[in-house]
Amino acid sequence: MAEFAATGEVPDVLFWVGCAGSFDDRARKITKAFVRILNAAKVKFAVLGQEESCTGDPARRAGNEFLFQMQALNNITVLNGYGVKRIVTACPHCFNTLKNEYPALGGSYEVLHHTQFINALLKEGRIKVQGGNFQGKRITFHDPCYLGRGNGEYEAPREVLLKLDAALMELKRSKQNSLCCGAGGAQMFKEPEPGTRDVNLERSEEVLEAKPDVIAAGCPFCNTMLTDGVKHFNKEGEVKVKDVAELIAEAADL
Amino acid sequence: MSLGNILFLAVLASAIALFARNIRRVIRNINLGRPQVINDRKTERWRTMALVALGQSKMVARPVAGIMHILIYAGFIIINLEVLEIIIDGLFGTHRVGAVLGPLYDLLIGSFEILAVGVLLACVVFIARRAVLQLPRFHKPEMKGWPSRDAMIILVTEILLMGAFLTMNAADFALQELGADHYPPVGSYPVSAGLASTLNLTNLQLPTLISVERITWWFHIVGILAFLNYLPYSKHFHIVLAFPNVWYSKLEPRTQVSNMPRITGEVRSMLDPSVAPPDPAVPRTVAGLEIPERFGAKDVFDLSWKSLMDAYSCTECGRCTSECPANLTGKLLSPRKIMMDTRDRLEEVGRAIDAKGMWEDDGNSLHTRISEEELWACTTCNACTQACPVNIDPVNIIMEMRRYKVMEESSTRPALTGMFNNVENNGAPWAFGADRRLEWTQDA
Repeated sequence: MAEFAATGEVPDVLFWVGCAGSFDDRARKITKAFVRILNAAKVKFAVLGQEESCTGDPARRAGNEFLFQMQALNNITVLNGYGVKRIVTACPHCFNTLKNEYPALGGSYEVLHHTQFINALLKEGRIKVQGGNFQGKRITFHDPCYLGRGNGEYEAPREVLLKLDAALMELKRSKQNSLCCGAGGAQMFKEPEPGTRDVNLERSEEVLEAKPDVIAAGCPFCNTMLTDGVKHFNKEGEVKVKDVAELIAEAADL
Repeated sequence: MSLGNILFLAVLASAIALFARNIRRVIRNINLGRPQVINDRKTERWRTMALVALGQSKMVARPVAGIMHILIYAGFIIINLEVLEIIIDGLFGTHRVGAVLGPLYDLLIGSFEILAVGVLLACVVFIARRAVLQLPRFHKPEMKGWPSRDAMIILVTEILLMGAFLTMNAADFALQELGADHYPPVGSYPVSAGLASTLNLTNLQLPTLISVERITWWFHIVGILAFLNYLPYSKHFHIVLAFPNVWYSKLEPRTQVSNMPRITGEVRSMLDPSVAPPDPAVPRTVAGLEIPERFGAKDVFDLSWKSLMDAYSCTECGRCTSECPANLTGKLLSPRKIMMDTRDRLEEVGRAIDAKGMWEDDGNSLHTRISEEELWACTTCNACTQACPVNIDPVNIIMEMRRYKVMEESSTRPALTGMFNNVENNGAPWAFGADRRLEWTQDA
């Protein structure tokens, strides 16, 4: 972003990479897949790099409002400083916070989830996908709570997945009735409370019952939880957990 | 005026007075909560109320319970038109004054009877679901004792009221057939005519029939007035509060957490020394006690009045709990229990205020009833708010109580302290510095 600012150029969109997308080995692959899509579609995008900082989502959900607001106000200063108008992110938690919670603190932007962004690129014909490897494969989409139930976006990821010419199957609990992967509300960063089993196993078991070849995710945390769940049931050989962006990048041979 | 009319007036007046007093008590209790202005997007609010409360749109997510419930609900609203006639008859000594409506009266009485049978059947099915099928959501730990009894009392009362209504009509019909004085042949009785002939009621002596008709008439109306006054002590109060509670629904995206403007002031002055810190908060006086400004919720006074209305609106159906990922995986958290605990604590505080004329700290709080283990099990997935047929928001209470734990008591789960430190020092929930944020570009 700083480089754009130095040359006086304005990018079409700021890609908010997020902490998972920056630091988590698995999520970095999602970041790279999405960047390949952006490049293929010739989208002029920027990232904040070292100037990006946690949105504060886990701090707020864990009850630390001070820390959340410190993060939020600092990020808003940076974003407003660059005059950012449009943001895309591959993380539904960043998406929810930037879109819904920053306006009350003086940061109002058009915020898109990457599945919405990719869907628009496909509709505009800026990238083309012809099924590729996934033709006829059984794919099922796990709705992230913060994208689906939280923000009412159920269709964009499904419309994108339809481009794969795969057999798209709905889970028993899907869309507004989808079951959480277990990571939200700062659970990702703590041990689960005592119970009879972990939430991700409950969900993974249900997903595996649909006998998919690929589980499509739209959130780096769901991705981690489901990947762990699939491993727990010793299915990692047959069933892959992939982000929607990875599936499109792979199918478009990017 | 006959003795009967005077007695009726006395019963009616005391029932209404008692109900008014109970309503005032509930409103007083709800107003113990923090002020919150909710009057935006009025068109959307009326539409939501029409759809969700009046139209029961979220009830049918579970078709069996949903359709049965709509039957009872429609029966309740429509059959209560009959109460209007009963009150006029009771006060003025008339009999079936509604008959002036002519054919419309026949239609009304006929449909009341059919609906009454529908209500009866639905209540029997509901009792069976609880007692015979033992649906798990009706048998969670928080349902032991009073909550389960409350549910049964409601269902049995409705059966008795409908039974009395049909028996009253059957006796009336028989009296009409026999040409008794004061029982002119009016109304149509698709159900009770059959009942009267099955039971051979026309074979009974006139005085006996008149007693049956009078006793069931009194039982029905006194039962309804008693039930009205049972509502404020029962989960059944939802029939009143469902409407305002849905009107005041959260309309923002489900996962949007409310802002704390007071903290914004403090953080702004922390980040920029030229910004003056906000003025110290003025404590609120509630029922004679000063409530200090707190971060998050320690007790009912710290929750928004809307959360307290939520608590009174809950009818303990347990749809929230049966969709909660934490509860489904054996954790202690049950969103329904959060609502019940909030209501029970509010009632406890209300009773203490009534007894002493003011509130004195009793050493207890919401946290006496709701444990940290419950609070920290929530994934904020909002399956509960989606499932609730009257748009109750348990997540908001959980969030406010977490805020109190963390910001006022510095109490949290150890791993979360680590996460806080990382966010504060590295700007990420993990121990990676900002200098590594672009590592992914190296092999991109």
